[in-house]
Amino acid sequence: MTRKRRRLIAVLAGLGMLGIATGLVLSAFSDNLVFFYSPTDLKTKPVPPGRRLRIGGLVEQASVQHEADGKTVEFRVTDGKSDVPVVFSGALPDLFREGQGVVVEGRLAAGTLRADTVLAKHDERYMPPEVVDALKKSGHWQEGEAQR
Amino acid sequence: MSPAVAKFLAMGGYAAYVWPAYAAAVAVLGGLLLWSLGAYRRSRRELERLQRESGR
Amino acid sequence: MHRFANPARFMRLSAAIMPWCAALAAVLLGLGLYLALFVAPPDYQQGEDVRIMFIHVPAAWMASFVYALMALASAVAIIWRHPLADIAAQSAAPLGAGFTLLCLVTGSLWGERMWGTWWVWDARLTSVLVLFFLYLGYIALVNAFDEPGRGARAGAILALVGVVNLPIIKFSVDWWNTLHQPASVFRLGGPTIAPSMLWPLLVMALGFMLFFAALLMVRMRTALIAAKVRALRLAEVERHAAAVLTPRQAALP
Repeated sequence: MTRKRRRLIAVLAGLGMLGIATGLVLSAFSDNLVFFYSPTDLKTKPVPPGRRLRIGGLVEQASVQHEADGKTVEFRVTDGKSDVPVVFSGALPDLFREGQGVVVEGRLAAGTLRADTVLAKHDERYMPPEVVDALKKSGHWQEGEAQR
Repeated sequence: MSPAVAKFLAMGGYAAYVWPAYAAAVAVLGGLLLWSLGAYRRSRRELERLQRESGR
Repeated sequence: MHRFANPARFMRLSAAIMPWCAALAAVLLGLGLYLALFVAPPDYQQGEDVRIMFIHVPAAWMASFVYALMALASAVAIIWRHPLADIAAQSAAPLGAGFTLLCLVTGSLWGERMWGTWWVWDARLTSVLVLFFLYLGYIALVNAFDEPGRGARAGAILALVGVVNLPIIKFSVDWWNTLHQPASVFRLGGPTIAPSMLWPLLVMALGFMLFFAALLMVRMRTALIAAKVRALRLAEVERHAAAVLTPRQAALP
């Protein structure tokens, strides 16, 4: 019984140490584990121009403008506090629309993000269209929940 | 092909994504099933053969 | 605990349970497929592409669940040396690897059109890829030793170390900004998925679970029978050796 108890304690202690070590490593590197920054992050910690970065937020309502060439699109990404203008030319993902969460990747030039990639974020809601219509009609629908 | 079947197979324009996903499920789960059952049958046959031989 | 760790008892119990488990799995997977493809409505944003979710989410749940089971069995094997625990962990590993692969492939197919990319290195996707390599590493390590006991011990330790990855997978979408969306079903405040889609998902998930349970029993029985075959062969060889040696020894003065 005592050998078994010793092995049990060794396994539990080992897992505990491993958990603490992993937690410390993750919290130390947490800045690098973030997939994107918010527009507010961008205002508070300026990045050198020309560096590639990803910004995540919502596509601001009534900000999407399609250029005459049919490829280029301009819009603003907002987190409710600040926003960043984005220029992109290429194929947009199917979920892209105003109010939708997006992650844009590119370089800053004169305050505008020249994006080479636009990724749409999906939220955690799965619903049939009729339910959404009913919610909208009754006023219980919340457009694009705040993305962190 | 009737229009209803064609519409179903088209998956609203996502046929090239939905059907490969279901095919992958059939391939992975079916592969695990056949592999595991094959090994099970082989091991049982081997045991029976050995027991018959040692029984003689 | 020891009563269930008895291999003979396991052979008897599993022989009784396995057919029911397999039959129920077949019924639930068939029903789940029907509900997912014909009954569930299209999503308001994703359209028909949402049907990939009925494969992707159960596969993802099973990928983590099987690993947790494997790690638990490994802990039991290390601490209490139960004869069935190593066999359970080793039988579960290829199944878990299969679920993880299916999760990654279907997620990629979904992401291409919805996100606009097959793959990104965000915390959720990366941690699930790490899970896949943990499974492969475990399988390789267990088979790398000539002596099965040492392979099992090394594998059990790797399985336990890899447990730290499970909370990272689960909470990656809450702790860090990720492209992957947060949980829809197992979350505080209840599911954010319409009942007409939740039911097909749960039926499918239960089908996946029973499919796994049935195959796990098949694979554990295979391993136990293989051990018996090895023991019989060894006994045969010893009998031969004895038969060959004895007359000569008898002839010695």
